[in-house]
Amino acid sequence: MGEVIVITSGKGGVGKTTTTANLGTGLAQMGKSVVLIDTDIGLRNLDVVMGLENRIVYNLVDVIEGTCRINQALIKDKRNPSLYLLPSAQTKDKSAVSPEQMRKLAEELKEKFDYILMDCPAGIEQGFQNAIAGATRALVVTTPEVSAIRDADRIIGLLDAAEMDRTDLIVNRLRADMVKKEEMMSSNDVVEVLGINLIGVVPDDENIVISTNKGEPLVGSDTLAGKAYMNICRRILGEEVPMLDLYRKDGFMSKLVSKFKKKELK
Amino acid sequence: MIFDNFFRKKSSGSVAKDRLKLVLVSDRANCSPELMEQMKSDIIQVISKYVEIDIHGLDIKITQTESGEGHGTVPALIANIPISEMKVKNS
Repeated sequence: MGEVIVITSGKGGVGKTTTTANLGTGLAQMGKSVVLIDTDIGLRNLDVVMGLENRIVYNLVDVIEGTCRINQALIKDKRNPSLYLLPSAQTKDKSAVSPEQMRKLAEELKEKFDYILMDCPAGIEQGFQNAIAGATRALVVTTPEVSAIRDADRIIGLLDAAEMDRTDLIVNRLRADMVKKEEMMSSNDVVEVLGINLIGVVPDDENIVISTNKGEPLVGSDTLAGKAYMNICRRILGEEVPMLDLYRKDGFMSKLVSKFKKKELK
Repeated sequence: MIFDNFFRKKSSGSVAKDRLKLVLVSDRANCSPELMEQMKSDIIQVISKYVEIDIHGLDIKITQTESGEGHGTVPALIANIPISEMKVKNS
């Protein structure tokens, strides 16, 4: 029996979709069978982040309405044979799907996959209710900013009310240089304010932009963000993994090495 | 320098944390201004049965306070209700 995890945040633009793409890819790299569901009906995004936008034939609403079978709508990932995407519909709106229908879909997918990741839309309305309906576990993504944290707190309250089995926090886009100067809240500060378990910290890394440009999640690559996402995947599987040291001081040599590496990447 | 620490402004990181802690207290209490007004008038009604209250000096708000059992800060209803005159109990 698979596990259904919803990735949510409340506020938009904090990195839910990027997180979903990377965690799904990472879990697949570790040999798990995974399906990613884009539940943001009307604003389809996960497909471009995964680089699968040209392969869409059917979508989530088609499956729900019975226009096609689930297998016809699932798109196989380019690189990981055990990873699939169920894209969202671009032309319908949120009312096309109900929480009850999502629950049924999740139950069906649980039979065939180890992990079902729901990419939740921003906001706390119907789209949110749809995305959490079938989930038993939630990952709340926030950035270390007041607006994102406030919305995350609201979401945590709603997840509690929905009796989620487990809710963990991901602090995204942390800038170690600013935290050092105390001009940004640290991940510990965010945890103290929100009072839930931290499952990972992802640094603000320009490689994320590069990987999204290409439509290739960077999880597992030799970048800070790539390592951070892989660590979260391992923690999801229950491994004890120490937090990445984002505050390490770079010496002259390591700076030089990373400069060369960057050139190679291009 | 010692003086640097003295005159240094509070960092924006800790300002953010403090502001958030405060705003989340009222968010979590889920207490709308209307609800607050209702509660206030009910409290006035009950207390007025026994004593005369100075309604203009009345101050009721939800804030946070240190809990006694070491649970950190918890939300609390703080009411400052000035009494203008003790009512004579006429039984």
